[in-house]
Amino acid sequence: MPLLSVVDLHTHFRTPEGELRAVDGVSLTVDKGESVGLVGESGCGKSTLGKAVLRLVQPTSGSVGFDGEEVSRLPADALGPFRRRAQMIFQDPFSSLNPRHTIERILTAPLYVHGIGDRAERKRRVPRMIEQGGLPLSSLSRYPHEFSGGQRQRIGIARALILGPELVVCDEPVSALDLSIQAQILNLLVEMKREYGLSYLFISHDLSVIRYFANRVLVMYLGRIVESAAGADLWARPLHPYTRALIQAIPDPARRRQAAPIGGDIASPLDIPKGCRFHPRCPIATSICTKVDPALVRHGDGHEAACHHAGQLTRPPEA
Amino acid sequence: MTTTTTTEVIASSSGSWRAVRAFFRNPAAVLATAFLVFVTIVALTAPLIYPEDPLSMVARPFLWPGQNPKFLLGSDSLGRDVAAGLVWGSRISLVIGIAAMALGVTIGIVVGATAGYFGGRIDDALVRLVEIFQTTPSFLMLVVLVAIAEPRVESITVGIALVTWPTIARLVRAEFRSLREKDFVTAARGLGYGHLRIIFIEILPNALPPIIVTSSVIVASAILMESALSFMGLGDPNRISWGSMIGASRETLRTAWYLTAIPGIAIVLTVLALNMIGDALNDALNPRLSGER
Repeated sequence: MPLLSVVDLHTHFRTPEGELRAVDGVSLTVDKGESVGLVGESGCGKSTLGKAVLRLVQPTSGSVGFDGEEVSRLPADALGPFRRRAQMIFQDPFSSLNPRHTIERILTAPLYVHGIGDRAERKRRVPRMIEQGGLPLSSLSRYPHEFSGGQRQRIGIARALILGPELVVCDEPVSALDLSIQAQILNLLVEMKREYGLSYLFISHDLSVIRYFANRVLVMYLGRIVESAAGADLWARPLHPYTRALIQAIPDPARRRQAAPIGGDIASPLDIPKGCRFHPRCPIATSICTKVDPALVRHGDGHEAACHHAGQLTRPPEA
Repeated sequence: MTTTTTTEVIASSSGSWRAVRAFFRNPAAVLATAFLVFVTIVALTAPLIYPEDPLSMVARPFLWPGQNPKFLLGSDSLGRDVAAGLVWGSRISLVIGIAAMALGVTIGIVVGATAGYFGGRIDDALVRLVEIFQTTPSFLMLVVLVAIAEPRVESITVGIALVTWPTIARLVRAEFRSLREKDFVTAARGLGYGHLRIIFIEILPNALPPIIVTSSVIVASAILMESALSFMGLGDPNRISWGSMIGASRETLRTAWYLTAIPGIAIVLTVLALNMIGDALNDALNPRLSGER
């Protein structure tokens, strides 16, 4: 049984301009000890999906099963045990730490709130965690503004892990950091996974980061998963034209020709195109794509894609 | 890295120490604080300086300041010592100013934090409530409130608090609305913290600087309101206050102007000092203006 199993999850927001469908029917699973990458452009709903999974945003419909328990409809006061077992690491290390609290307070409060250990036990646990996060013990008495972005992200990771979670949703944990720091933080996340046997849902818009990190990759476009495959399989054999375009967009000195960029902008989640939601930007779209919304279909072992012309490189002749 | 330099000490101290230093680098703030400390000491030691009831008649009426060295600031139309009145009056002004501010700020924080944090219908209802208070002329409402209750220090304090809390509530609501969107609040929810903990321990400390600034101005306006009430004869009749001294001597304004001028100057200086402290706090608590960080 997977640790996390999301089925047909919808998260819609009512806005003055109409209904915004940020997550529009997503199903996914994360197994124990697995790192699942979720990739997509800004505004495709990947952050909302991460927050809906953790009940930081209330899903409109669909189900979120965690270790066999349905958590999307749990009353707020019954979420405690789930909160202990599923945590989040945020993108912006500058706004994710309370500027008025010392690091010690930031790390002790979760233990206190969940009634873990007595005072002495917490005094032992917090320094151990901060050292595992790669920061000196003297950090504990300091405030967040005294640290650099990379150091703050280490604090954010320590805070997420102090409750001993099994699932960690990483919402673009390195995209706000310098390239040299990114590698350090990614290494720390890998190390922590080995140490605690964590499962990650790793959200990023950066394919090279996902490539380094994930066993399995989900490609999201406008509130839907359009392709899902094991990492290696996806790089070698992308089936969806959107995935192909994303992979080609990674700069590669070995490739002579300039990558063909995807035309146009992502459509508005307020007004999702009819038929296949990618068809206005798709290089191989045909008339069927404007009418029929393609379902996620299996194409070989563990490889799924939602495209009428999956795997084709050029526009097929109209039937 | 063996010696700790001064800059490191500054960098490692918390933001509140930086604010305190910035505050006391401002000469106006130092002057205003010194004046208020002086007024506070005078108020606290009033029974030692003038053990007698300031309302008792002790001298010939209409003694001018300096005329009789026993009564330094002269006496009023009933022969009461003006200096004693001034000293005892500072007690009422400070007690009502601070107590009304404390009560008003507490109500304002509770209402504003609830509205801003929860949003939705709770917010709508509380905003309507604030608007009802704010669309009523506040001094008129205060007069009505005090007229209904007995004119005592307690009822005047509650009355002033009831007309000042909406200002704080609006301010706190706006702060909470922007702060609740921050990732550290989302993180707090994700860590399973309760609403009370998020409101008072996570968000409120971040919303404090503007509340502190406004509070000092509210003390000033509470002192003014109390003076105005006493001037109109709606104050506590058993206590002397700066406002009631002005009110009692308004008929002799042309012949004995010092009777209104002396307590008037006391009010002006105290209110001015509080406003200057408010300005200095605003600069000190706003890192972008104080040029540090």
